[in-house]
Amino acid sequence: MGTMVARLWAWFDARMPSVAEQWKIHASEYYAPKNFNFWYFFGSLAMLVLVIQIVSGIFLTMNYKPDAGLAFGSVEYIMRDVPGGWLIRYIHSTGASAFFIVVYLHMFRAMLYGSYKEPRELIWIFGVLIYLTLMGEAFFGYLLPWGQMSYWGAQVIVNLFGTVPFIGPDLALWIRGDYVVSDATLNRFFALHVIALPLVLLGLVVAHILALHDVGSNNPDGVEIKKLKGPDGKPLDGIPFHPYYTVKDLLGAVVFLAIFCIVMFFVPEMGGYFLEYNNFIPADPLKTPEHIAPVWYFTPYYSILRAVPPLFNSQFPGVLAMGVATLILFFLPWLDRSPVKSIRYRGVRYKCWLAAFVVVFVILGYLGTENTNVWGQFPVSDDSFLGRNIVDTKDVATWMARVCTVVYFLFFFLMPWYTARDKVLPVPERVTA
Amino acid sequence: MNEETKVDKTRRNLVVATSVAGGAASVGAAIPFVISMWPSERAKAAGAPVEVDISKIAPGEMAVIEWRGKPVWVIHRTKEMIESLKVATARLTDPESRASKQPSYAKNEARAQNPEWMVMEGVCTHLGCSPQLKTAEAKAEMGGDWAGGFYCPCHGSKFDYAGRVFRGAPAPLNLEVPPYMLAEGKLTIGEDKETKGS
Repeated sequence: MGTMVARLWAWFDARMPSVAEQWKIHASEYYAPKNFNFWYFFGSLAMLVLVIQIVSGIFLTMNYKPDAGLAFGSVEYIMRDVPGGWLIRYIHSTGASAFFIVVYLHMFRAMLYGSYKEPRELIWIFGVLIYLTLMGEAFFGYLLPWGQMSYWGAQVIVNLFGTVPFIGPDLALWIRGDYVVSDATLNRFFALHVIALPLVLLGLVVAHILALHDVGSNNPDGVEIKKLKGPDGKPLDGIPFHPYYTVKDLLGAVVFLAIFCIVMFFVPEMGGYFLEYNNFIPADPLKTPEHIAPVWYFTPYYSILRAVPPLFNSQFPGVLAMGVATLILFFLPWLDRSPVKSIRYRGVRYKCWLAAFVVVFVILGYLGTENTNVWGQFPVSDDSFLGRNIVDTKDVATWMARVCTVVYFLFFFLMPWYTARDKVLPVPERVTA
Repeated sequence: MNEETKVDKTRRNLVVATSVAGGAASVGAAIPFVISMWPSERAKAAGAPVEVDISKIAPGEMAVIEWRGKPVWVIHRTKEMIESLKVATARLTDPESRASKQPSYAKNEARAQNPEWMVMEGVCTHLGCSPQLKTAEAKAEMGGDWAGGFYCPCHGSKFDYAGRVFRGAPAPLNLEVPPYMLAEGKLTIGEDKETKGS
């Protein structure tokens, strides 16, 4: 039996040796730093969620109908009549939020340990592209159930493009394929969600990993393990990805799937954060729901959009701020001028700024899920000097969002200065235990 | 330079020319895909005018009519509602509707052909949500000086009974007024003398 398998493999290997070769390059002889910690689970978990989304998505398309007249009903049909349909849909909806949780943590890891810094800028750029594609994927997918939130969320986001000076209205019309969000929009969003963007996503993931495996992984100490090699030519602080990290990641996957299942079986709607209540009402083009907010993973940017007042009779500045808030991530490798990578050896300034960034990101995210009057109003009279000239809105939450928006941008715009002047600690030659 | 490394200029030029032609062909091939995303003929044809019987809309009431897939509000304004338009002009972004979109006959304080009948698109000029009616009774929610109007649930813009936007809201302009014609108890949305003439 054993020899049968060995002979079969030898036959295969003689005809396609690149399989064994790729396995060596990317697994059994890919040397990763030996000091990976908790934060290093999220890359492999993101891959796992991608697979979960693709598989559950394929099975959803078998019963879903991309037609404005049928879509909402077909989703309810999946939930009620298709055997196991409810489970497949909850896998997919929980997977969407899980994807963003994992990706946000994965990105934060890069910020903690300077993983975007030279020579890993390209890995970071591919990563940001993956993040943007994922946002598109989530947005297109959210229209498909054709509920109230689907409809009005799409209406708002397509109109964001409509605010671009000069070409905006035509651009929004071209995206919708109709004068309002309609059947034409639903049909094309379906095509983009199930074919176009998944292909782009897969391509980018391949590029992300190839770029990573070419330069090698960073680590919590931010030291380059390739600098110190043993007599065998292998990094002294490196261990083969397989079996060491495949086993470690397997443990991560088990814990992750346990949490995933708890959410999926017991709180699939997550109190309205993963599946919004208004989306259980069919889309009504004539009535916007009382309370509308995007799904939680978009809310930090949504808060920024809402915080910027219109200028020159145009709402474009808010849209621009939101766009810059996401696109600025591309420039992170060049904004950070610190001589060290890891937070362990950075000075107090970067630590404070990063902490402030996390705090404002979470506050913006929270405020985006609520109405602007959630924290009440400032007691400013309309007739006072403040009321007439400075205070355009009295909502406390809007002002808080403005402060947070400013801090968000300062984190990036001031980065070249505070990272260059920070007092850093000496970085050790080799990774620490 | 020896014979082997010398570039054959003719062949090199042919390679360049072929690449350029191929690139142009690729761009050309993208055209049918790009234009396929414009509204179809059927979608364009669906924008016909709508006729509404307004005799049953009592003073103070509002009807929502669908026109081109958008909600159009028809409000039978009471005297108090018309009076309320004078109160807060100082707090409006565009009180005289200079930058806002409306037919010439609606470019006045009441933004209407006949002040009693307000016709406007119920589509927020910010990002296209449909605002909600908040009468003067909603003071608790809208602030003590609220004289009635509309509130957009998406990003908090506020409008008066003429669809004029209050300052401090993300909406940059007043709500749009579509072309319309008023006759005895009858309203036609999407068509007026100006559009008919053209």
